[in-house]
Order: sequence, then C-alpha cells, then structure tokens
Amino acid sequence: MADVTITVDGKKLTVPAGTLLIEACKSTGIEVPSFCYYPGLSLQGACRMCLVEVEKMPKLQTACTTPVAEGMVVTTESEKIKQARKAMLELVLANHPLDCPVCDAGGECELQDMTFKYGAAESKFMDLKNHRDEQQWSPVVYFDRPRCILCYRCIRVCGEGMDVWALGVQNRGTSSIIAPNKEDHLECEECGMCIDICPVGALTSGAYRYKTRPWEMKHVGTVCTHCGDGCKTTLGVRRADTGMEIVRGDNRDKSGINGDFLCIKGRYAFDFAHSGDRIQQPLIKHEGKFVAATWEQALDRIASRFKQVLASDGPTAVGIIGSNRTSNEENYLLQKFARLVLSTNNIDHHRTADFPAFASALAGKADATASMRDVFDAPAILLIGNNPTDQHPLLAWQIRTNVRLHRAKLYVVNSYPIKLRRQAAAFAQIAPGSEGSLVQFLAGNDAAADAAVTPQLSREALSQLREALKNEKDLVVIFGSELRGNDVTALINFGLAQGAKFICLGDYANSRGAADMGLYPDMLPGYAPVTSATSFHEDWVDEIPTSPGLNLLQMMDAAKEGKLKALYVVGSNPIARYNVDPFALSKAFVVVQDMFLTETASIADVVLPIANAYEKGGTFTNTCGDVQMLKKAGEFAGVRNDFECIVRIADRMGYDVHKLVPFGGGGTRADMGQSRGAQSGEADRHAVWLAERNLEPKMSPYDPTAMLDEIQRLVPGYDISRLGLLSGHDEHTQLVQITRATGSGHPELVLPSNDTLFTSGTLGRYSPTLNSVMERYAAKPADKEIAAD
Amino acid sequence: MKFSDQLEQRFSTMVTHYPTKRSVLVPMLLYIQDEVGALTDEAIHEIAQRTELSDLEVRNVISYYSMLRTRPVGKYNFQVCTNVSCLLRGADDIFEHCKKKLGIGNKESTPDGLFLLEEVECIGACSWAPALMMNYEFHENLTPAKIDELIDGLKKKEEQ
Repeated sequence: MADVTITVDGKKLTVPAGTLLIEACKSTGIEVPSFCYYPGLSLQGACRMCLVEVEKMPKLQTACTTPVAEGMVVTTESEKIKQARKAMLELVLANHPLDCPVCDAGGECELQDMTFKYGAAESKFMDLKNHRDEQQWSPVVYFDRPRCILCYRCIRVCGEGMDVWALGVQNRGTSSIIAPNKEDHLECEECGMCIDICPVGALTSGAYRYKTRPWEMKHVGTVCTHCGDGCKTTLGVRRADTGMEIVRGDNRDKSGINGDFLCIKGRYAFDFAHSGDRIQQPLIKHEGKFVAATWEQALDRIASRFKQVLASDGPTAVGIIGSNRTSNEENYLLQKFARLVLSTNNIDHHRTADFPAFASALAGKADATASMRDVFDAPAILLIGNNPTDQHPLLAWQIRTNVRLHRAKLYVVNSYPIKLRRQAAAFAQIAPGSEGSLVQFLAGNDAAADAAVTPQLSREALSQLREALKNEKDLVVIFGSELRGNDVTALINFGLAQGAKFICLGDYANSRGAADMGLYPDMLPGYAPVTSATSFHEDWVDEIPTSPGLNLLQMMDAAKEGKLKALYVVGSNPIARYNVDPFALSKAFVVVQDMFLTETASIADVVLPIANAYEKGGTFTNTCGDVQMLKKAGEFAGVRNDFECIVRIADRMGYDVHKLVPFGGGGTRADMGQSRGAQSGEADRHAVWLAERNLEPKMSPYDPTAMLDEIQRLVPGYDISRLGLLSGHDEHTQLVQITRATGSGHPELVLPSNDTLFTSGTLGRYSPTLNSVMERYAAKPADKEIAAD
Repeated sequence: MKFSDQLEQRFSTMVTHYPTKRSVLVPMLLYIQDEVGALTDEAIHEIAQRTELSDLEVRNVISYYSMLRTRPVGKYNFQVCTNVSCLLRGADDIFEHCKKKLGIGNKESTPDGLFLLEEVECIGACSWAPALMMNYEFHENLTPAKIDELIDGLKKKEEQ
C-alpha cells in the first residue's frame, strides 16, 4: 500500500497506509497507553486508554482503531488527554481491589504503571466493591474476578490465537464478567496464554500464584526442553535449598521464534526439574541394590569396566545410546567419544523422524528447508500427517496465525480429522496409513491414489488437490514421521519442482540435533557415511572405525545374546520407549546418565545424576533446523552435565581429552614449526578457524563452546552466525552443504513419540503440572476440541 | 432438537439472509424463546450447532440482552417502564401497585408461574405514558384501576 505522511506531536513520519495510529506512534518511539489493544489480535476499543487528539476531529479518538490518513495531525499528550485517561483509570479502579501487595502481577502490572503515570489513585467512588472469591478454573488457570479490567485480551487470544474459544464475556456493562466455557471451569488446551496476556493479576497460574514477587526472580532466556519446536522460554529463577529453583516460564519479551507463545509444557512443565524423584548422587549397584557413591568412585568404576570390556571383547562389545534432549555439543562429543575413545560405531538414539532420508533427498539443494519463522509468513502450506496442535504446538500456532493474519492457504492431508483442518483451505482425510501412497500420487503416480481414497474422499478431490498445490508458489511442505524413506524422497522431488521449502517433524527438543550430530551407527555428523573418507576422517587425530555399527535394536539383541558387554545410555529410556525386556541387559555392564531412576536407569550398574537442559549451556537444533543457545537457568545440587561426565570418563580411560575437545593452546593438529614450503607441517586448522572469526580458544575441556567451535567448523550447515546465537537469535541451518549423505535412514527404526499436549516422553511423567492436567482430563474424557463445530 | 415446522421453516429462510451464519443468532433466540418458553441448555446447544458457534458464545449473547432468558418466565410477563416520560407520569406508583397486586418484587414470578414482574427502561411508548408491555402487548395511559382490571381479567381467563 502507498505510504502516508502524518504528524505526531510535531514529528513528521511516513508509514504505510492502513497502519493503525497506535502502531505508527510506536514506530517513532511514542508510546500510547492501552489495555485492550494487543498486536496481532482483533481490535476491541474497550479500554479507552489510547485516546489521542486528532486535528479537525471534534472528540478524542482511540489510536488503536484509527488508521492513519494523509496529513493527519495528532497530539498524544495534552492536558485534555491526561484528564480523559485519568478518568478512565478511575472507572477501572472503581471496582479493582487494592490487593497489590499480595497480587502476582504486583510490580509488573500494567494498571499499576498507568495509575502511577496518570496519578488516578484518588477515587470519587464511595460504593462497596463488588467482591467475588478467587475461582479455580483448571489445574492451571485461576481467576480473581474483581481484579479483571475487562480488556478482553484473554478471550481473543484463546479464540483467535489458540482456536480454542474457551473464554467468553457474560452480562453487560458493569456486571460483565469473563466466563469459562463449562460454567465453573475450563475445558481447554491449558496453554496459559490467557494468564500470560492478562495486563493485571486477574488470571493467575497454579504454578506461580502467591509464590514469589516478580522482582525476587532472576530471568534467563533459554530454549524449552519438551517438543521439537524450539520455543524460547524466559525462566524466572529464585534461590532454593537445592540450588536455583525455576518458578516461572513465559516469553513476555517476545524474543525468539515463538513471540509470546508457549504451550502448557513450555510454560509450566519445568517443574520436573525440582521433582522429589531426582537423583542427587551417583549410584553404584551393589548386590542388586543401589548404593550412593562419590563421583570419583562412580567414574572410576565406569572407566575401568569400559577398558576391561574393550580389552577382553573389543570395540564391538560396547554400545552407546544417546539422547533427544541433550545439547548438540553433548551429542557431538558423545559420538566422537564412541568413535575415538571406544573405537566403535555402535551408537544410536531414539529416532522420531527419518532425518537421514530427508537430508539425503535435499543434499546439495540450496534454500530448500523452511525455518519456523517461514511458517509464519509463507503464502501456502501443505501439511501431511502429524497433529501439530498436540505434537508441535508452536508450529500449529504459526500456521493458525499465518492463516488468520496473512490469509495463507493451508492444505491438510491426514488420516484423522486433526484440529488444523479448521484453518485449511482444503482438507483431505485419506485412508489410515496411506500417507506414502498419497505422496506417490502427488509425485505423479496416478495409480497410487487407490490406497488413499475413502468413501468420503474421491479421486477427483485428490486430483484437484494436486493441481492446486502445483499452482502454489513458495509453498512450505511440512510432514510428520508417517513419511519415511522413499516417500520422503518422492515428496521432496514433487515440491522441489516448484521451489517449495520443507520441514520434517521430529518429536523432541533436540531430535534434529541428535540426527545432525551423527548419533547413528552408520553416519557421522552431517549425515556423512562412516564408510567413506570425510572431513571428520581427515580432521580427527584417531582412526574412525569404518564399518557401520549396531543400531539400537540390534544392540539390545546383542546384549541379550551376551555379545554386547557394556552399554552407555545418556539421557534415554530405551527399555520403556522401545518396550525392551529389561532382562536383555542383565548380562551387560550398563551405565545410565539421567535425572531420574527411569526403567532403564533402575537396571543400570552405575547411574550418574545429570543436569537437564535448563541447567546448562549449549545449543539445540529444532525440528526445522533452527539452532538456538541454551542458557543455564536452574541449578540442582549434586548433579553434573552430560558433557562433563563424558569428558571425565574419557580422561579416566586414559584418553587424551585434547583429541576429544579442542581446548587450550594447540589443537587438533599442531604446526610443527616449519610454516613455509611444500613439506611444512600443517597449520592448526582449529586455531585458524577461530582466528578467522575472532574467537578465542576455550580454556576448559568442560566448556561446551569449545565443542561448538568444532561443530561449526566441521558439520555441514552449522557455519552460522555466532554473534546471532550469542544474542539469542535462532540461526537456520541449511542441509545444502551436505554432499555425501547416506540415504538409508532405516525407516523401520523410526518410532514416533505420539505425545499429546500433556505428555512429553519419559520426562513428562515427572512433571506434577502435566500429571494433574492429565488426571483431570482422564477423569472426564470430553471431546478435546471445544470450539465451534 | 427439533423446533416446530413453522420455526424450522423460518430458520431455513432467515439463515440465507445474512453473509455469515452467526448473524441469524439474535432473531432466532427470540423466536426460540417464544416457542420453548426459555432458552434451555438444549436449545442453546442446538442453536450453537446450527450457527457454528460454541455454546459459550451463545450464552455470552443471551446474557447481554435482558430480553433473552435461560429460565422460564411467567406466562404473562409484565414489563413496566420507569424511564423518564413514564416516571414523570407516575410510573413509580404504577410499579408499586403491580408489586402489591401480584405480591412479588422486581424480576420475580408468582408461585403459580403465571406472572413475572420486571422494571424496564424505555419501551418507546412515551406518548402514552405510563405504559407497560405484557408479552408483546402494550398497555398505555395506565392507572391502578387499569392494572387491576388487566390482572383480574388474566386471572379469570386462567381459571376457566
């Protein structure tokens, strides 16, 4: 749209036509106060705080509903305006209780701030306040009615934003009240958006209410550790007996890919970190029972047994299972540990998507992956399989917001009527399990449609869908773990023909990172095959074993047969997740690093208590390939992080940790002094790389950033902006530099977590909040979709 | 839930008059209330389904309008105007008289469920103030005697 020029408080500014006055003012640094206006939500014009004077208009105008017009002359501060705002505040305060000293919002309340600014503390009203005791609407949501100032933000964010429509307003005028959808309680997705968006303390959360004062917390922005979307979450931490306790999660500063969005897991399910079930001391099994041990004893035991097994049975008798929730640095270190220290390729993790097939289909193709941000403004989106509302709440939010604000066209293909169909321009409910056939059909194989059609879905409808998709420019294609192997390749070939970008959905916080970092028996980081020479072979000092190792299930079988003598499990629970018979591991020496005594940890010989992702630094790669930095927020006495444990074990096994982690002076290959001439020693590549980027060498082998340096130097796609990472941005990795990916992703090994909104793998079981919500919905199984249809 | 043929007919024509289905909500609520006697949970759910709204949204609308009710009212619903014109012409006395005659207060129903009394704002009959509305029927230039006549007449009709 054409630009218009307006004058605000004597300043001339040019903004696109159609801009709201309040936003135009904001763009020039003038803050117009408001309660009801919220960017991205529909306009309300309810609070009358944003009144401004517009020349030639007889009355004060609401800046939040007035679009700019050419030549408009606006005054945002004057005596008249001040009086008007003060009067509005007086009305708002007429029934607002003065319980600020105990209110959750006290100190960060928009009403307090405005009262302070406009000095409306005196009141002409002598009437009794209309009181109503606080109500609990759900395990998560509490409502304190008299504090409510009726800005309707909660109603709009729940309806428009979340597509849940669980809140409404009843009655009229001064008796208006915010009401939940089930008379006295809520049935909803428990996301807590309504609480977060409340400008006062009317809506409060079960997790945080009456726990602390806002100014007593330290705030740390890090990445959520639950699903694979990588939401930024700002954790409020406070000193506690066991270290630093996390008391609140939100993202009010709107940093990160999620803006202010968080689901129940990001907002409340940090409570596992202070669960009473956490292990605080290393445990060594002695005559069938765990005995608390010192770190020295535990690490010695692990190192000596690993060495013993290596000496007696060789590297094929040891195996490692990595994690979907450890950082990239830890994953990279773990596979390097496997390959160099244990000389084995027996390493795997719980795979939730066929990332290898994805990487190999996209190898060498530039700009072919979409970031989480792209989903927010892509003109068209195709979603095949998965149910993002449950499994990728941020992705679902991005899609919904895109459809609502930018009128994106959404095409949904699923064998279930998932909730996102309500935003879809076209929804094809295909026969269960026929996602692969559907993709083959899209790719041009007409016969494949037979498997996908149902009595309700005709071949014509599928043909129309295919034609419609072919006409979409800048399509973003998102697919779940229903598609694996050749189906992924077929889909990518179909999409690439028209310049589409792709997202492959994996389930956990760092599933993509685990895959990218090479937690595979046949692949090094960057999906490079172990069998052929790669930059890793060139760079690492010791030999990388060249024959592919055992995958997770093969390792379990080998352990059962007594061939696998030692198993190192880092942050994973294969016994429960893969339903492995616990006796399969009875003959092997099992080491588990975990927070809790999970099914796997309880059969281990040594258990090390471990810090979770909220308690350490590092990086995570979300399912789209966006890398973000973790920051240490919480602290729990007695635990250490996985990174340190791996390094210490290597050290105790007598391995030179310089060869594992590039720290201190010197590096992977030292210059032997002669730096000129054809026969000169090779320069220290790591040092050169660091110098090129103005980075200093790291001084400690326990510093994961040292590993990040190596990851960025060696892993294809990870040479992203360090500055961006450090300043908390998400940096999108490309699979383009991958040239030699191995295609075989072993699709049969992919086991989706099938988490719902209220579960999160093994971790979720230790969250009291998630448990309380699940108990409630289990007691009363209602239709999960509340709203309109 | 099925409504009378006449109302079903009305719904199917009316729904075509608006660009979105939800727009038909308010008039339909009035018609349903007249037919069913009140906007029961069942009726709310039915109209919500038909207009593609949530039950909550329908309730929000109902609670906004004083003329929409979720509980059955009296068979004869007396709405006495006490706004300015009527007030100047003695509406307060008329309202007090109604209270005494029926033995109930504002927004209350008689035990037999026949009468409901309500004080309301302007009903647009200022030229003939004081006035009241009995269901959809206007009674104007009221006096206590006229009220007695009206109520006694209705009671007698019911006894027969």
